[in-house]
Amino acid sequence: MFPVLQLGPLALQLPGLLTLLGIWVGINLIEREAPRRKLPAGTLSNMVFFSLLGGIAGARLGYALGFVEVYAKDPLGLISLNPHTLAPFEGAVVALIVALIYGQRRHLPLYPTLDAFTPGLASIAIFLGLANISSGDAFGAPTKVPWAIDLWGASRHPSQIYETIAAALIFLVIQRLKSRSPFPGFIFTLWILLTSIGRLFFEAFRGDSVLIFDGLRSAQVVSLVFAVGAMLGFHLLARRQHSADAS
Amino acid sequence: MPTSATTGGLIPSPREGFLAPDFTLDLIGGGQVTLSELRGDVVLINLWTSWCPPCRSEMPAIQQVYEANRERGLKILAVNMTYQDSESAAVEFTRDHGLTFPVLLDRTGAVGYKYQLRSLPTTFFVDRQGVIQQVILGGPMSEVTLQTALETLLSEEP
Repeated sequence: MFPVLQLGPLALQLPGLLTLLGIWVGINLIEREAPRRKLPAGTLSNMVFFSLLGGIAGARLGYALGFVEVYAKDPLGLISLNPHTLAPFEGAVVALIVALIYGQRRHLPLYPTLDAFTPGLASIAIFLGLANISSGDAFGAPTKVPWAIDLWGASRHPSQIYETIAAALIFLVIQRLKSRSPFPGFIFTLWILLTSIGRLFFEAFRGDSVLIFDGLRSAQVVSLVFAVGAMLGFHLLARRQHSADAS
Repeated sequence: MPTSATTGGLIPSPREGFLAPDFTLDLIGGGQVTLSELRGDVVLINLWTSWCPPCRSEMPAIQQVYEANRERGLKILAVNMTYQDSESAAVEFTRDHGLTFPVLLDRTGAVGYKYQLRSLPTTFFVDRQGVIQQVILGGPMSEVTLQTALETLLSEEP
């Protein structure tokens, strides 16, 4: 694992750098995909930009809400470059809300917009896998398989590599099928389905799973819900298209 | 830290959710400290050198947080990476900044190796059971960052 890239006196945090690189590549792919869906590329870029901005602000405020007394004594502490004082879940919720509001105000059609985002999201998943390889996060369960890696005091499944390869394969499938969507929303729903199935399978090799109900891996439960939701989505979207074609 | 499938704080390793690797080091001013003997207290382990600018910048904040929380069971172990520094520079820095918490000397690099030091400073937040709950690579950390990272750990029952 290589969490820090030392460039002379500069110690660059590689996982953060890879995540930023992933976002940059993702935005580029979204901008390239937008015209294919007859959407304004600039508007989609702005959507990402405002979502990121809202997400960061939401993540910082969400974190601060947990420590009101500390931040009340030093409100300037809210303005900080420290990524450790961010609450990811709250940030993601705010980012999603900002995206929805922005999309609605700009009259962006929901399903073509989601399809335009999909190649970008699929590429970001690859970079998140690389960031995990670099940081050693999302580590595997102890194992004796010949390709095990020594990490965090044990021989483990290289789960970060499994997930990066899975993300890359999903990205290739998306790239191959994106121009053959039978109905709006197909590519996005396919990505959700493939990603959920991938996570459902590879979570079994993880060593850091959050356990619920005395032994169920929470990520597998969530993945299963998303996979079922995606299949249901396929059914509903196809029926909607069929009705539209018929009329 | 959520319950994990395989870690459970049993394996010593320098990351969140794992047992903080044990060590015994000499103190500036004499005596020794063993990490495992501090079980029951919240421990902040800060790996630093006197020549590293962010290490120097964050020491006053660490001192402030120590003074504000030591009655609540906070122990600070500022481990000087003496094998990359000099003992006299570490002593001088400690004296000049009026640091009142224990400053330890890693003369051989054993702790730097056990904690897989890749960036200076690096700070580990260890809970009362001896499990690392947060790692911050780099700095300088502000008082707010330190206090919020420690708050949850200090509020747990000893």
